[in-house]
Amino acid sequence: MGTRFGDRIIKLVSLLFASFILLLIAGIIYELIDGSRRSLAAFGWRFLTTSTWDPVSKVFGALPFIFGTIVSSVIALCIALPLSIGIAIFLSELAPRQVRLYVSLMIEMLAAVPSIIYGLWGLFVMTPFLQVHVEPLLGTHLGFIPLFQGPPVGVGMLAGGLILSIMIIPTIASITRDIFNTIPLLSKEAGFAIGMTRWEVISKVVFPQARPGMIGAIMLGFGRALGETMAITMVIGNAPTISASLFSPAYTLSSVIANEFTEATSKIYISSLIELALLLFIISMIFNAIAKLLIRKGRFTA
Amino acid sequence: MSSISYLRRRIVNRTMLFLAYASAVLGVALLFLILSYIVIKGASSLNLDFFIKLPKPTGETGGGIANAIVGSFIVVGIASVIAIPVGVMSGIYLAEFGKNRFASLVRYFADVMNGIPSIVTGIVAYVFVVVPMHRFSALAGGIALSIMMIPIITRTSEELIRMVPDTIREAGLALGIPQWKVILFVVLRTASTGIVTGIMLAVARVGGETAPLLFTAFNNSFMSFRLDQPISTMTVLIYNYASSPYPDWNAIAWGAAFVLILIVLLVNIVSKVFTNTTYSL
Repeated sequence: MGTRFGDRIIKLVSLLFASFILLLIAGIIYELIDGSRRSLAAFGWRFLTTSTWDPVSKVFGALPFIFGTIVSSVIALCIALPLSIGIAIFLSELAPRQVRLYVSLMIEMLAAVPSIIYGLWGLFVMTPFLQVHVEPLLGTHLGFIPLFQGPPVGVGMLAGGLILSIMIIPTIASITRDIFNTIPLLSKEAGFAIGMTRWEVISKVVFPQARPGMIGAIMLGFGRALGETMAITMVIGNAPTISASLFSPAYTLSSVIANEFTEATSKIYISSLIELALLLFIISMIFNAIAKLLIRKGRFTA
Repeated sequence: MSSISYLRRRIVNRTMLFLAYASAVLGVALLFLILSYIVIKGASSLNLDFFIKLPKPTGETGGGIANAIVGSFIVVGIASVIAIPVGVMSGIYLAEFGKNRFASLVRYFADVMNGIPSIVTGIVAYVFVVVPMHRFSALAGGIALSIMMIPIITRTSEELIRMVPDTIREAGLALGIPQWKVILFVVLRTASTGIVTGIMLAVARVGGETAPLLFTAFNNSFMSFRLDQPISTMTVLIYNYASSPYPDWNAIAWGAAFVLILIVLLVNIVSKVFTNTTYSL
């Protein structure tokens, strides 16, 4: 009798705590929607398609921030993807056991470095370097492309994309490595047996089998980049411009919230900022959900 | 003919493998590049005062970040007090009773929570705590961080409790020990090293967070132990001091970054070593 009682208690108590998680997420979603109600009512879909962000006349449009968020994350992905796959290939196919252990550890350390530290480094070390060495060079040699036009100021879209890429490399690399490791040895050996080179085995045997999981890893990395706040706020320049140039400063959803939330005075201003958070929440949810599905599908359990 | 195509294949092979090696080297180099700057620039602004003194007003040199160090520990402490029981108990539920639809729902939403951008967590805690209390507070900061910690601790606890072999549970039950005792004193104890490491990693992760604290814990130039008042934290201090135009303050930001990264990486390395020795079997 007493034992049954104890069993029921622990089940009930642990159930309560688990339900708390559902309650919490419901509360989060409710508060985000409730908080943006004013702005949703006032601007509707125009919020997403207009570029005026004017707290004084109380007109808010988020287009430059959506642009900044997506473009900086795409840049980050373009840089991080080849590097991450290279690292994953190195870790799963090439490195000797001992080296693999240490390099894995160091890539994971890269993931553990707090965002604010990337921001600090980015602001004081990376952006001056970009301004003095990289951007003038790109400007003189590739200046005919709109991407590389404009004055080299250091802070801007390029700096934002670069710092984000460093931050998502460990995410993409470690998941891709895990997926490569689940590919059956037998299929790789079959490739070697018919005379494939190592790269051919990787590109024609490993890649096709790992594809869903790799896409999942990419989505997850992209989701991380979209939601990243501190580092990018410190290096992207924080100016709501939509420009073709990578040198031009930009602004992201997260950065606006970080910079303006404590200074927001009017109710509609606060509501608009909360709608930005809602937007960010929805976008990252979508990417995370797809990523999770693909990564789970992508693992070989056989 | 065939030898030319063979040569081409070999060149492609060499090139691609070289690129893979190169990206690994670059990845490791980036880590050292960032760390070395933090160490070099940070170490020079460290001294005893840095740890025991309060920040000086603009224009005066010296001073320290004692209030921010204390504040960070308080805020992370609040987060842990909330998140550890919720996380571990939820983990127990998911691992021991979690073969139903409700549990998959919890699992799914814990993952959803884990993917919430940290700045959004800050907004949520602002609405939950700061608005009703009418002021920024250490409590709000702690709650913001706990929202980030809960899903991490839940999922790692679940995974580690699951790893305890069923034979151990069955051995306990066969001895006539009631299930709740088996869970609390046998299963949980077996998984405890792993769970503690998981908690440590979660603490290190949220301890380095800035965005959720900007408009919850806010900022405070003085030493504060009160939970209902704004409080200074190391990460927000780094942000404010890095964005300031004064070289003195920038130097303090580097120093604080050095202290922060030292703690974060130390916890990470220790827990890696911990898990490797426990689960390498």
